[in-house]
Amino acid sequence: MRINLSHFEAAFLFALFASVVLGVTTKKTTRERLNYGAYCFGCFMLALFAIGWAMKLGHG
Amino acid sequence: MAQTDAAAPPKEAVPPINTWILPVAAAWFIPGLGHFLLGKRGRAALIFASVALMFLFGLFMRGMMFTPERGQDYLTTLINYGGFLCDLASGALYICASVFGYSQPDLPGDVHDYGAKFLVTAGLLNILAMVDVYDIAIKKKD
Repeated sequence: MRINLSHFEAAFLFALFASVVLGVTTKKTTRERLNYGAYCFGCFMLALFAIGWAMKLGHG
Repeated sequence: MAQTDAAAPPKEAVPPINTWILPVAAAWFIPGLGHFLLGKRGRAALIFASVALMFLFGLFMRGMMFTPERGQDYLTTLINYGGFLCDLASGALYICASVFGYSQPDLPGDVHDYGAKFLVTAGLLNILAMVDVYDIAIKKKD
């Protein structure tokens, strides 16, 4: 079996899995974990779109 | 001098190894098992799902597994050994993939590249989980 993901799909999955583990392992209460996981995921997505647009605009 | 010693914070005692070695080893071997053994079942399920899925996506994208071998220069050697340690940190997932003959050469292409990063990151996330298990086992964290 082999799958071909686009850049966005792969980066989205990467952000999702990494955010879950970062949220679970770094904070002390459930609410803090949820907030931090969501914050990490938001940062990943922000960076994904910002860098994606920067590359598109940079290439013209 | 005496005043400096008096102001220094007391050193924390090193926790006995038998309080944490089993859960940490279990956390390495099967992602999430350390949390499960310590009664944190929800967190165990989330960690297992995240690490295992990331590793499986890496395999399905035909990511390269690093091998501990010398490269042409120091940087390549460092990347090979570091990547191998990160792959190995996935525990049974890595061992099973190796035993069942998964061997993917380093090919050009973004999907292969993402696959290799997924495999390495799965191991790194499992190391984070092992550190968390250690903190829970020594009662530093709930």
